[in-house]
Amino acid sequence: MTTEVLTEDLSEHNQHHKMTGIKRWLYTTNHKDIGTLYLWFSFIMFLTGGALAMIIRMELFQPGLQIVEPDFFNQLTTVHGLIMVFGAIMPAFTGLANWMLPMMIGAPDMALPRLNNWSFWILPFAFAILIGSFFMESGAPNFGWTFYAPLSTTYSNGSTAFFVFAVHIMGISSIMGAINIVVTIMNLRAPGMTYMKMPLFVWTFFITAYLLIAVMPVLAGVVTMVLTDTYFGTSFFNAAGGGDPVMFQHIFWFFGHPEVYIMILPAFGIVSTTIPTFARKKLFGYSSMVYATASIALLSFIVWAHHMFTTGMPLFGELFFMYCTMLIAVPTGVKVFNWMATMWRGSMTFETPMLFSIAFVILFTIGGFSGLMLALTPVDFQYHDTYFVVAHFHYVLVTGSLFSIYAGAYYWLPKWTGHMYNDVLSKWHFWCSLISVNLLFFPMHFLGLAGMPRRIPDYALQFADFNKWISIGGFAFGLSQLIFLVVVIKCIKGGEKAPAKPWEGAEGLEWTVPSPAPYHTFSTPPKID
Amino acid sequence: MTNQQKTSVVQAPNSKKLVRKLILTVIAMFGFGFALVPLYDVFCDITGLNGKTNESAATYQASGIDSSRMIRVQFISRNAQNIPWRFEPMIREVSVHPGERKVIKFYAKNQSTTNMTAQAVPSVSPGIAAAYFQKIECFCFNQQPLKAQEDVEMALQFYVDPELPTDITTLTLSYTLYDVTQAAGS
Ligand SMILES: [Cu+2]
Repeated sequence: MTTEVLTEDLSEHNQHHKMTGIKRWLYTTNHKDIGTLYLWFSFIMFLTGGALAMIIRMELFQPGLQIVEPDFFNQLTTVHGLIMVFGAIMPAFTGLANWMLPMMIGAPDMALPRLNNWSFWILPFAFAILIGSFFMESGAPNFGWTFYAPLSTTYSNGSTAFFVFAVHIMGISSIMGAINIVVTIMNLRAPGMTYMKMPLFVWTFFITAYLLIAVMPVLAGVVTMVLTDTYFGTSFFNAAGGGDPVMFQHIFWFFGHPEVYIMILPAFGIVSTTIPTFARKKLFGYSSMVYATASIALLSFIVWAHHMFTTGMPLFGELFFMYCTMLIAVPTGVKVFNWMATMWRGSMTFETPMLFSIAFVILFTIGGFSGLMLALTPVDFQYHDTYFVVAHFHYVLVTGSLFSIYAGAYYWLPKWTGHMYNDVLSKWHFWCSLISVNLLFFPMHFLGLAGMPRRIPDYALQFADFNKWISIGGFAFGLSQLIFLVVVIKCIKGGEKAPAKPWEGAEGLEWTVPSPAPYHTFSTPPKID
Repeated sequence: MTNQQKTSVVQAPNSKKLVRKLILTVIAMFGFGFALVPLYDVFCDITGLNGKTNESAATYQASGIDSSRMIRVQFISRNAQNIPWRFEPMIREVSVHPGERKVIKFYAKNQSTTNMTAQAVPSVSPGIAAAYFQKIECFCFNQQPLKAQEDVEMALQFYVDPELPTDITTLTLSYTLYDVTQAAGS
């Protein structure tokens, strides 16, 4: 079957891919091209957001104001957050989805290829607007990525319009991407691939796409309200006109908490693919994984106010949101134990994707535990808006989401490029990242417990030592990511030839096509039994 | 065989229907975001979440005065965004029986050199008590214009609902004064 597909694909490839240079990328509707575009874009955004973080860490290297003004510092933290969430993590997952979903379900392409082209190509404009606002008179958004009213309305520095416009475009892009994923999975599965036969990777993206469809419009709504409050005299969040600024937080976090799972559920899908491969065992508890993912997604809609314990809530509300939040630890725990059970007595080998996956399981769990601590209403009053929160969400998003993306990237690089990556360099990337990321984020827990507030350019003297080490960890982590860039470029240019299935224990349709994957795959659907 | 299967896969029959459904969901969720605004008000009314009090005059119901207990009612004021007015309660605290009517006054002076309009926004703490604090007459029901350097005494007539839970003995009524000159002018 493989050869038949291959020859057919090559001829097709030659027929309608005469377009060259930039035009090929501008007009492409091929899921692999668009996946590549998404992945490169997200990596560029990752480096951009990382550069902003480097300036933040430079400023925080010692107490006192050294290199930036406080207002510019606020712009740095705001844009760093926005770029990393909407520009790095989310597009990277969409890129992986584009590349892998059709191949995993035996489909020839995404269901809506032209929409796919659009959803990628509007993204660069959104980020051009956002980053461009640094060079405008008003400066970039400075109200935090959470853009709480009245900071983003009454006290806006004039960047709100650009911010809102950029977020609208990002939102439209994500929604279009999500619609495409849902339609692809529901309509283009190869004959015989029932829902419960889909790889877990596909399941997690399926559920994530539904989350996106449900909450990105709410984000669009709340930024629209911020826009009209700021420029058109409405009073959604303005108490003088009968509104309520706390309502902003309710609407924002109604989007915000599911957004957290939008950024972590695909990560679950990736490590649920890599761990069985390198443990050479089937994923333990497949159906419980599916149900756990679905219940996490459902629960994510009723926990939002755990971000708002200090706004003054009735006791009943605090208890409700506390217990619901802690309930999420149950399905999450199911997942962690399933990964451990998969590794248990497996014939494990430690290739780079596996290293990142194991680091993911351990470090994401640390992030999960600090999340549980934050969910406890009584102690949250101490942790709220401190570096403890910063430590928590960076463990979840950097050692969680980002590490899973690295695991996925190393896992599928041979399939994408046709070459094995440089093993030695990739291990350097892993170990340097692992050590520096913990130096970077672990001490933040202690700083937070000691009372250092987040989003400040200066701090009390007693925090100086920890901050120095955090900054050193930050610079080291930043530099380590350049190793990945080198590995990828080397892997594209050459290297050991990759067989169709470079990983002994790998399962799935993507390994039945040659490496590199031909431009068109599964024009004839495979048979699944 | 190849061709047949190919077409059956690429033109999946209900793609259009599915896309339409998903787009409708998107639009519905966009609407839901805005529906949260009135929903939030209802929710706050029930739970007293944000300490909002009644926004129009309550009629006094002579359901009797509960002379067995005394409620301390404290008044505080705050100027939002440094509005250049003097704004303060003329009495800081009163004690009332639940059900008893009381009139107190706030003083306001426009200390700027321009004519301005301001709006006071009340909030009661603890929030759960907000539903039991009834304003019969309040300067906060209307905007207050003041010419440059003009001053005014503004009345508040209220009573505390006898249904107030017995564990609450003190209410704090806070007024925040906002500059609405621009909005009032247009
Ligand atoms: Cu949350």
